[in-house]
Amino acid sequence: MVGARRIWIERDYESCSGCRRCEIACSLYHEGRVWPEASRVRVFMLIPGVEIPHLCFQCEDYPCVNACPSGALSADAETGAVRVDASRCTSCGVCITACPGRVPHLHPRKDHIVICDLCDGDPRCVEACRMGRWNALRAVPRVEGFSYRLYAKTPEILTSAVARRLFGEEIAREVEG
Amino acid sequence: MMGYAGNFLEVDLTEGSVKETSFSDEVLRDYIGGRGLAAKILWDRIGERWEEIDPFSPDNILLVLTGPLTGFIPGTKVCISGKSPQSNGMIGSTIAGEFGVDLKCAGYDGLIITGRAERPSYILVCDGQIEIRDATSIWGKGGRETLKHLVKRSVEDIKRLRPNYGEVKEPSILYIGPAGENRTRVAAVVSKYAHGAGYGGYGGVMGSKNLKAIVVKGFGPLPEAHDMEKAIQLFDEFSRRNFEIEDFRRWGTGRGGYHFGAETSSEPIRNWQEEWHNVESFKGEEFDKYWVKRYWGDFGCPVTCLKLSVIRSGKFAGAICDNPDYEFEAYMGTNLGIFRPEDNIYISYIANDLGLCGIQGGAVLGFAAELYQRGILTREELGGLELSWGNTEAFTSLAEKVARREGIGGILAEGVYRAALKLSQIKGVNLLQYAVHEKGVAIGAHGIRSGEDFAKNISYACSVQAGDHTSLASIREYGSGEASSILSDSATCCTFTTFDIEVEEILQLYEAVTGFRLTREEWYEEKALRILQIQRAMLLIGGPDINWRPGIDDENPPRFWEPLPSGPYKGKTVDRNQFEREKQEYYKLVGWDERGVPKPETLRKLGLESVENKLRNTKIID
Repeated sequence: MVGARRIWIERDYESCSGCRRCEIACSLYHEGRVWPEASRVRVFMLIPGVEIPHLCFQCEDYPCVNACPSGALSADAETGAVRVDASRCTSCGVCITACPGRVPHLHPRKDHIVICDLCDGDPRCVEACRMGRWNALRAVPRVEGFSYRLYAKTPEILTSAVARRLFGEEIAREVEG
Repeated sequence: MMGYAGNFLEVDLTEGSVKETSFSDEVLRDYIGGRGLAAKILWDRIGERWEEIDPFSPDNILLVLTGPLTGFIPGTKVCISGKSPQSNGMIGSTIAGEFGVDLKCAGYDGLIITGRAERPSYILVCDGQIEIRDATSIWGKGGRETLKHLVKRSVEDIKRLRPNYGEVKEPSILYIGPAGENRTRVAAVVSKYAHGAGYGGYGGVMGSKNLKAIVVKGFGPLPEAHDMEKAIQLFDEFSRRNFEIEDFRRWGTGRGGYHFGAETSSEPIRNWQEEWHNVESFKGEEFDKYWVKRYWGDFGCPVTCLKLSVIRSGKFAGAICDNPDYEFEAYMGTNLGIFRPEDNIYISYIANDLGLCGIQGGAVLGFAAELYQRGILTREELGGLELSWGNTEAFTSLAEKVARREGIGGILAEGVYRAALKLSQIKGVNLLQYAVHEKGVAIGAHGIRSGEDFAKNISYACSVQAGDHTSLASIREYGSGEASSILSDSATCCTFTTFDIEVEEILQLYEAVTGFRLTREEWYEEKALRILQIQRAMLLIGGPDINWRPGIDDENPPRFWEPLPSGPYKGKTVDRNQFEREKQEYYKLVGWDERGVPKPETLRKLGLESVENKLRNTKIID
């Protein structure tokens, strides 16, 4: 049934332990290696203690797909994930600029962009996080007509927000500088 | 060899030069990495001149080494080493974080740092691009400022090196605070807010090299494993078992504060005058109130024994620290007569920001307070501080003085043993009886008098890592104890994620990663033993300011012979006859003579003729 596998990865930043097991699982699945920078989910730690698992937010209007000049990006009809056709990607970086969360990044060694593909509906990062019982990443059914784009923020903005919650306004400001 | 990036980075800070170096498969198989390889490198390069080299001189070598299991085993560590300004031997001092993984991903198995930079500097490694950069603007700054500055600046630098990459993740950073800059012997190498490699005093070695920090960003994969499928299967299996250990996961190592420390009478109270207390404020539930994060871990960690504590209001507002963990809870808490969690978090945070080792720093503060209690040190001599037990503000001020070597801090910055020697000289009385240390290294917060802790009679006295509670000398458990610590420190694994993992299983993972089969017997009877002999020789040679006398200095601190004055184990202490018996048994087991000197035949059997010659030349072997 079309749409049955349409999921969204919900994130609870304050529950992220910073263990990066999501990066390990993702890179093993996609690259066959432990490769944090090639992982489609990257945990940012711009402030120690404030760990931000950063991965595609699957905006309902897919600004990255629309911006791609070479037709390398598309939204998967079944899962809703963004697909990258590496053979067509020119590494121009337009998708990075178009993304409100600046999520896509270049593969660290190859000439194409990497974006979360939801592992065909069974995201390995979520499984790794669930195994640890942190559940900072959770797969939830994707609701149509909902604005996921609202969540799409840069790691800096997310860090700032989470730091305020964890440390309080004043300390967070001092720690961030 | 599989599992290794293959290259080590040699940085000469005097010359400002950088080159790559590698080691043969044979060396890597014999010494593995981390602590083992550190022993090999140090012996080969400065063993011949060991007694002449001041640990704070440019001749000392600072080593930051990974091992083949870095990133392949749940949780990760990197080992810091060099000639120790505490023991004047060599200590393998491990620190958690992502540094080891980042370094491997940058293409390096380790850093070998020599010389002394002309001005405050830091090393930036971004894949193959290495720069020695100016750190003048952050010299003198505390940990929090240092981190804030370096993360911002490095992310910008990396963005310039990798334009159009997308968002750049922060690099991994090892740094020192003022305690290291001022070459105190009680300074740690620090990462994040409060992860530290404190044993050894390598923060001071970094300071002596004018090296404020090492910043590493790696974009590549971890090295290839020989049998990836098997390696991942073992990674998952170890993880699964770790997830089942709820204790550390829930309470962190700090659960020891009451349960392990007080209840077993093995926690330092007021400079080890007691090891028992009935104050329940250090139970987990009390600390729990300050946690803003219950589970905090480093790369690959299933245990997350760290807890992030923040004091958001009141006079200690702004304090942030990891947990605190048991060692900080004890040494910066009960050892100073501090029993309020909030105060303990605050002073731990200050110590971390100053770059003080929690154990070495806490020990020297407690030592000073006992001298004050006994009227040996006066308020004037302490710069006006009312150093009474539990006075958090006074201890915090003294910690600042130690880190900056101000006033009495200049003497205390030498660590418990040297401070005791110096103050004995000044005061004309013997103060060594109050100095709780082993060969210049303050002892981990685990006493031996009650007999209930994991440290036993000769654990510290005979250890080549001196007071280090993570690597204890042991007879019955030599195999599962000391030799497995040498394996963990070399491979490099975290003790808390390998708690229930057998040595054989770690060796299975080692084989899956490297393709090299190493048996338990080979490790215990040959390779671990070889590393042990080199470390022992370095301790015995010592120099230039301190030498440990064979046999005589394999001794418990005087305080550990005093019967426990209170608690359920009142009156108990180590039995002298048993201690001497076990010491001889241990010497025999590891191939030393009755004085504790490695026997020539032991050294020859292990192919350590150069060690034998050196011990002969320095008259340690007749």
